[in-house]
Amino acid sequence: MKKPWKDLFKNPIIENPLDQPSEHSRRKFLFKVAVLLNGAVGAVLAVPVLGYLLGPVFKRNDSYNHWVPVGNLDQFPPGETRLGRYRNPEGTPADGQTRTLPCWVRNIDNTRFQVFAINCAHMECPVHWFPQSKLFMCPCHGGVYYQDGAVAAGPPPRGLYQYKYKVAGNQLMIWAGELPTLSTQASIAKPGSKTCLG
Amino acid sequence: MSGIKQKSLDLYHWFDRRLGLAKPITEAAEHPIPKSSASWWYVFGSAAAMIFGLQIVTGILLALIYTPTAQHAWTSLIFINHNIPLGWFIRALHGWGSDFMVAIVIIHMTQVFMFGSYKYPRELTWIVGVFLLLMTLGMAFTGQVLRFDQDAYWGLGIGASIMGRVPWIGGELVHLMLGGPIIGATTFSRFFALHVFVIPGILLALVAVHVWMVLYLGISEWPMPGRLVRRSTYIQEYEADIHKDGVPFVPDAAWKDVTFSAAIILAIMACAFFFGPIGPSGPPDPTIIQTVPKPDLPFLWVYAVFALAPPALETPLLLITPIVVICAMLGLPLYAGEGEKHWSRRPVAVLMVSVIAVSLSILTSLGQHPPWSPVMDAWSGDAVQPKYLKGRTPLQRQGALVFQQMQCRNCHALGGLGGQRGPDLDMVATRLSESELIRQVLQGGGNMPAYGNALSPPQVTALVSFLETLNGNERPAQNDVRRLMQSESAQSPGHSSDESQ
Repeated sequence: MKKPWKDLFKNPIIENPLDQPSEHSRRKFLFKVAVLLNGAVGAVLAVPVLGYLLGPVFKRNDSYNHWVPVGNLDQFPPGETRLGRYRNPEGTPADGQTRTLPCWVRNIDNTRFQVFAINCAHMECPVHWFPQSKLFMCPCHGGVYYQDGAVAAGPPPRGLYQYKYKVAGNQLMIWAGELPTLSTQASIAKPGSKTCLG
Repeated sequence: MSGIKQKSLDLYHWFDRRLGLAKPITEAAEHPIPKSSASWWYVFGSAAAMIFGLQIVTGILLALIYTPTAQHAWTSLIFINHNIPLGWFIRALHGWGSDFMVAIVIIHMTQVFMFGSYKYPRELTWIVGVFLLLMTLGMAFTGQVLRFDQDAYWGLGIGASIMGRVPWIGGELVHLMLGGPIIGATTFSRFFALHVFVIPGILLALVAVHVWMVLYLGISEWPMPGRLVRRSTYIQEYEADIHKDGVPFVPDAAWKDVTFSAAIILAIMACAFFFGPIGPSGPPDPTIIQTVPKPDLPFLWVYAVFALAPPALETPLLLITPIVVICAMLGLPLYAGEGEKHWSRRPVAVLMVSVIAVSLSILTSLGQHPPWSPVMDAWSGDAVQPKYLKGRTPLQRQGALVFQQMQCRNCHALGGLGGQRGPDLDMVATRLSESELIRQVLQGGGNMPAYGNALSPPQVTALVSFLETLNGNERPAQNDVRRLMQSESAQSPGHSSDESQ
C-alpha cells in the first residue's frame, strides 16, 4: 500500500521576490527587531497571566485543609452513623449553598469515630446511609459500602474517603477543605492519623 | 414611488462605495456549486450555524436577567422561569436549542463522513469541524453547569473525579478545573467564563474559518461509485463539473438550506413550548443528599459507560479512549484523503457509523432509565404485592418484612417493582436452594454486599423462608428439585446411604 501521507503537505515552492538580497533593507531589519521586541514583551506578560490562571495549581495541597467543627458530640450517638455538616474553611459568602458540606459521622463507641466523605470514591456522587442494612449506597452507578467504609459492591476503586478527626471539648472536629478524589485523597487520610478504626 | 426607489438606491451606493462588501457577498452567494450538491442532504451545516445563532440570541437574552454567581444563579433561574414574562420560553429555547445543536452537528458530521466529503482538498475543513464538535460538546457541558442545580453540582464532582484519575498531575488538574480545592464560587465563575466568553469566541472563529473553506474549496460533489478522488486530478475534474452543469448556490441550493433551518427552528420552538424549560432541578445544596444526579442528554452515554465498564478498565478507558477517538477523527482525512467517496464502496465506513450509532443509542437509552442504579426509595416506597403474601406462613411474612426493611428491594425487583441492579427475585427459588440462598445473603458475592453483619440469625431464617416461596407458583423450587433428585439417586443401586442425605 502506498503511503497516503507521503506527499500530503508537498506544495510548489514559489520564489518570493522580496527574498532578493538587494531587498534586505534597514526597514526590514527594524521590522524584525520590532517583532522580536513584541515577542519578548508578550513572554513577560505571559508570566503574570499564567500565574493568575494556574494559581490553584501552585498552592500547596495541604494548605487548603483546616480543623473545622462538624457538630456537638451529642449529635452523634454511639453505634450510629449520622449526617454531619461543616463549613468550607476557605469558603466565602459568594459560595452560597455550596459553602456548607455534608459528611457521614460514625460513632463507634464514643471514643472512636470514623468520618467519611459524602462522595462516592467512584464518581463523587453523594452516598446514602441505610441504618437497617448498615450499608452506604450510591445512587449513580450502584457503589455500595459497609459501615466501616469498605467497598461492598459495585464499581468504586477504593473504600469511602475518610477525614482525620479530633474531639475538642464537646465538639467533633475534622481536617477538611478539599474535595476528595483519587488524586487529592492524600491530604485527607494521612498514614498514622486517627482514621480507619472500623 | 420611483423617487423613493432612487433614494434607496443612492443610499445603498453611498454605503457600498465605503464598505465595498456588495461585490464579494454577491460573489460568495452566487458561487457555482455542482448541480448534484443542491440536495436536501447538504442542509445540516447551515442548520447548525442557524441554531448557533439562536443560541447566541437566547443566551444574550438570558444574560439580561441571569445572575452569574454560585450564590444566586439557581434562584435567578427560578425567577426567570416564574417571574419574567416569557422567561420560561427563552430558557426552554436555549435548553432545547442546545440539544438540537449537538444532534445536528453530529448528523452533519455523519453525512460528511458517509459522503466522503472530508477527502482531498477538504481535509482541513473536516479537522476544523472536529474542533467545532468538541466546542459544541464543551458548550453543552458548561451550560449544564450554569444551570447550577443539584445535577450541575454533582456533575462537577464527576468531572473532578475524571481529572483526579489522571496520573501524576491529577490533583493539580482537579484544582485547576474547580478553581480551588472544592466546588464553590470560583468553580462556578470559571465555567461561566468558559460558556459565555472563551468557547463561544473559539466557536465563532472556527465557524468563520470553516465557512470560508467551504466557499474557497467549493461544496463537495455528490459521490459517484467508481469516481475516485486523486490529488493530481481532483481540482480539474471539480472545475470541469462546475463549468459543465454548475448552479449558483443562491438560490438553487440555498432555498433548501433556508427551508430546513426554518423547520429546525420551528421544531425547537415546538419542543420549548410543549416540553418547557429544562430544569433547574433542586438547589445546589450539597447537604441535600436525596438526589439522583444525572447528566444531560448528550452525556448520558458516558454515564452509562461508567456503570458498565469493568472497574479495572475504567481509568484507562476514561483517559485513553477520548484521546484515541479524537486523534482518529483528526487523522481520518490525512489517512484516507484519496480514493472512493461513495458509501456503497466503503463498507468499513458504513459499518463504523452503524456500530457507533447503535452503541450510542443503546447507551443513551440505558442512561435514561439506568438499570445499574439502586432505586433509593424502593424499600419504603414499593410495597410487597399481596400475591407474594397470600397463604404464606407468619415466618414467611416476617421474611417479606425483613426483605423490605433491609433495602433488598432497592436492587432487586419483585413483580416488576424495585431496583434492577441485581436479578429480579420473582423466581429466585427456582435458581437457588435454601443453603445457597443463606450463603448468598450472609456472604454476598457476585456484586452483592454481604449481609452477615446486618442480619440476626432469626432474620436470616425468616428472609430465606420468604425467598423460598418465590418460585412463580409454576415450577418446583430448587430445594424440591434437589430433594427429588437426591431421593431418586438414593433409590438407584450403587449409592451408599450417606450420599443420599
